[in-house]
Amino acid sequence: MECVFGLVGDGFAIVAADTSAVHSILVHKNNEDKIMVLDSHKLIAASGEPGDRVQFTEYVQKNVSLYQFRNGIPLTTAAAANFTRGELATALRKNPYSVNILMAGYDKEAGASLYYIDYIATLHKVDKGAFGYGSYFSLSTMDRHYRSDMSVEEAIELVDKCILEIRSRLVIAPPNFVIKIVDKDGAREHAWRQSVQDVTTASL
Amino acid sequence: LQIFEYNGSAVVAMVGKNCFAIASDRRLGVQLQTIATDFQRISKIHDRVFIALSGLATDVQTLYQRLVFRHKLYQLREERDMKPETFASLVSAILYEKRFGPYLCQPVIAGLGEDDKPFICTMDSIGAKELAKDFVVSGTASESLYGACEAMYKPDMEAEELFETISQALLSSVDRDCLSGWGGHVYVVTPTEIKERILKGRMD
Repeated sequence: MECVFGLVGDGFAIVAADTSAVHSILVHKNNEDKIMVLDSHKLIAASGEPGDRVQFTEYVQKNVSLYQFRNGIPLTTAAAANFTRGELATALRKNPYSVNILMAGYDKEAGASLYYIDYIATLHKVDKGAFGYGSYFSLSTMDRHYRSDMSVEEAIELVDKCILEIRSRLVIAPPNFVIKIVDKDGAREHAWRQSVQDVTTASL
Repeated sequence: LQIFEYNGSAVVAMVGKNCFAIASDRRLGVQLQTIATDFQRISKIHDRVFIALSGLATDVQTLYQRLVFRHKLYQLREERDMKPETFASLVSAILYEKRFGPYLCQPVIAGLGEDDKPFICTMDSIGAKELAKDFVVSGTASESLYGACEAMYKPDMEAEELFETISQALLSSVDRDCLSGWGGHVYVVTPTEIKERILKGRMD
């Protein structure tokens, strides 16, 4: 029931992901950060098989850093997205990764962009995207309220609407979400939306 | 899970008088959910050869990248563009290489050969070429497309009439297929110009 979604606004891109790490009926932790900061101006929000998710996104992060070390300049978001697609496509018929990715980034020339990359390596540049069961609610909510030049406040309002929709309409909805943003000033964590905090019985 | 119907697609090419038209729908879906309404299925290999790939979107993208690579190599070695017949044979060979683990795409190739004679062909996912003098179709809406083209086509149409015919055939066929549609993308190619147009159809 992993929920990942994102949208592009006026000079920024926002991605939100749930933060539950679940194994069958057990919730291991509910503050697992599934949005990795790829470099100063890129984010990867990933959902899927937990081992693949961490291993593959770390692999992409290290390769993006390597390119920057070797060449002295960072990759563009489009280039990083195409690299990621290439790795998924090569692995697809050998040892496939079960990871769905939303890659958000900001480039000086291209502005803010969001790339949808699904687990079978389909790549598409989108204005809004979502994965998982939550996508049935978040995509429809975004289709209704999204405009191409939203401000950060309006976009956060829309993200909150989506989270509310997921919380109220998805059975076994994830309780907590993390929201990260990328714009000309870089990629950073914006907010958490928590309805359940991690507490131990000892603290009660 | 029908793998050829996973993303949804509709592609058609028609022959006119010293010209050809190639058209596709614009939907990118994941089974019943629509992800994007601006997916590019038609690609230009060079000014006189176009290829449109229907089928699984990840293989559409991978195969397109491989074909562009091979054509660029050909251009470097031969110092000229590939003829459409040659290109069709190349696509067929590349598809048959993967005979026992194929690319899940069905290409439609259209081009202007020697003396500006239009050439169209389609092939299945393992490279069985099918030449035609009038029209070729591919994708989830192929059966509707066969019927619409057969009814609307007449030989030796000029570019404008060809555009009208192929557009009406495409739009009426995708309206009977839930997995394709959301607009159309038409290229009409004559010896002197390439005209690209976007069609607005039923957006559902």
